[in-house]
Amino acid sequence: MSEQIHDVRLHVNGSVHEVRVPARRLLSDALRHDCGLTGTHVGCEHGVCGACTVLVDGAPMRSCLMLAVSAVDAEITTVEGLTEDDGTPQGRLSPVQQAFSDCHGLQCGFCTPGFLTTITAGLEENPDPTEDEAREMIAGNLCRCTGYQNIVKSVLRAAEINAEADAKSKADAGQERA
Amino acid sequence: MKPAPFAYLRPSTLEEALAALAGEQGAKVLAGGQSLVPLLSMRLAAPSMLIDINALPDLGHVTCDEAGVRVGALARHAHVLASTEAAAAQPLVAMALANVAHPTIRNRGTTVGSIVHADAAAEMPMVLRLLEGSVDVASVRGRRTIPAAELFAGPLESTLAHDEIAVEAFFPALAPRAGVAFQEISRRHGDYALVGVAALVELEGDEVVRARLGYLSVSDVPVVVDVSGSLADPAGAALAELEPVDDIHATADYRAHLVRVLTPRVLAAATDHARQRMNA
Ligand SMILES: Cc1cc2nc3c(=O)[nH]c(=O)nc-3n(C[C@H](O)[C@H](O)[C@H](O)COP(=O)(O)OP(=O)(O)OC[C@H]3O[C@@H](n4cnc5c(N)ncnc54)[C@H](O)[C@@H]3O)c2cc1C
Ligand code: FES
Ligand code: FES
Repeated sequence: MSEQIHDVRLHVNGSVHEVRVPARRLLSDALRHDCGLTGTHVGCEHGVCGACTVLVDGAPMRSCLMLAVSAVDAEITTVEGLTEDDGTPQGRLSPVQQAFSDCHGLQCGFCTPGFLTTITAGLEENPDPTEDEAREMIAGNLCRCTGYQNIVKSVLRAAEINAEADAKSKADAGQERA
Repeated sequence: MKPAPFAYLRPSTLEEALAALAGEQGAKVLAGGQSLVPLLSMRLAAPSMLIDINALPDLGHVTCDEAGVRVGALARHAHVLASTEAAAAQPLVAMALANVAHPTIRNRGTTVGSIVHADAAAEMPMVLRLLEGSVDVASVRGRRTIPAAELFAGPLESTLAHDEIAVEAFFPALAPRAGVAFQEISRRHGDYALVGVAALVELEGDEVVRARLGYLSVSDVPVVVDVSGSLADPAGAALAELEPVDDIHATADYRAHLVRVLTPRVLAAATDHARQRMNA
C-alpha cells in the first residue's frame, strides 16, 4: 500500500504555503522541510525541550506534537515571523530578539527559537513580569548552554523595551494632538 | 523518531467521526496529541488510522451550574484553568490543572483527553475519581455516562470501548461545608509527579466528618481512600490500601515516604479551606 499524500494549506507568518505531505508529517518537519523555514529547531521530538515551540493563533505550542495535516485552520508564527518589517531584507529584530542580543541570552542558539516564541506570547499575557514570573514563563523550555540567568534577564529587558516603545508612541501621539 | 504511516480523517460532524471509528478496528482518536503524538513518534503506538476530532463543533465548552463543571472534549487544559466560574464551582479542578505539564502543553492538550488516557501519573483522572465525577461517551450504538469509579481499568487503560468517543467530563461542584486541597512532588515544576495527593473533606460544625484522599503516581491506577474513620493516622490507612510501585523515577519506599509526608499536609489544607469557606 502506498502512503496517502495530503494537500495541506499552511498559514505561516502571514504567507500561505501549499504543501503535499503524508499524514504522519509532524508540523515541525513540515515547517523545516516543506516550507524551508529552518528557524524552528527540533531537539527531543517528544514535547519536553521546547526548541520547536511556535505560535498557533498566538498561543505557544510544540510543533513536534502537532501533525501538519491538523494545522490547516491555524495561523502559525515561527521565529522567522517575529522579525519586524522595516523595509530592509533582513528586517528589524523584535523586542524579544533585541533583548536576547543585548543580554547575551544565547550561546549556541539551538534552544533560542523556542524561547523567543514562548517569551513573545508570555509578554503579551503579562507585559511586566517579576523575575519569578519570568522564570515561570520559560520553565517549559530547556537550554543546555546558558544556565538560564541571561535568558531571565532577556525577558525582563524585553518587557523594558516594550514599555519604552509604548511610552514613546504615547508621547508621539500626544505631540501630534498638541 | 517518526510515526509509522497511518490514514487520516478530519471529520466535521460527530456522527461522521463515530461511524469512521466503528468501521476501523485499528483507528484511534486524536485530540490535543500531547500524549498520543509522542507515542506515535516513539512508535509505541501504530494505529492504522487517526480520527482528528479538532474540527468537530460544540465540544470546546466549559460550562458551570449548581451541579458542577462540564468540560467538552476540545476544551484545552489552559481554557479550563482560565475559567473563574469553574474555579469557583469546584476549586480542585484549577488547583490540579496548574500542575499539569507546562503552559505550552496546556495550550493544546485537552482535559478530557487526559482523563481517558488514564495515566496513573496524571492529575485529572485522580481528581475526577476523588470528586466522583463522570465522563459522557458517544458511539454509533448511542450514548452512556461512565462514573469515574468505573473508568480506570489499569495503567493507561480506560473502560471506553474501542468505538466510543468521550464528549464531556463532569466534575461535581464543591458542597458548602466542604474543602479541597492538592499537592504534588515532582523533580521540576511541570513534570509528571512522583506522588500527588488531593483531599476532599466535609465539616459538621468544626469537626471533620468525612475525609477522602486521592493519590496519583503511587499505584498504577489513580486510587481514592476514605479516611473518615482513621483521622488519627490517615497516611497509615492510605498506605494499607495503596501499593506503591518502583520505577525509574522513584522507589516504592520513597513513594511511601512521600505519602506519609503529603497526606497530613493536604488533609490540613483541605480542612482549612472548608473552614474558610464556612466563615466566608
Ligand atoms: C512534556 C509533557 C509533559 C506533560 N506533563 C503532564 C503532567 O504533568 N500531567 C498530566 O496529566 N499530563 C501531562 N502531559 C500530558 C498532557 O496532559 C496531555 O494533554 C493529555 O494527557 C492528553 O490530552 P490530549 O488532548 O493531548 O490527548 P491525545 O494525546 O490526543 O490523546 C491521548 C489518548 O486519549 C485518546 N483520546 C483523546 N481524546 C479522546 C476522546 N475525546 N475520546 C476518546 N479517546 C480520546 C487518544 O486516542 C489517545 O489514546 C504532558 C505532556 C507532555 C508532552
Ligand atoms: S523538539 Fe519539540 S519539544 Fe523538543
Ligand atoms: S544556547 Fe545552547 S541550548 Fe540554549
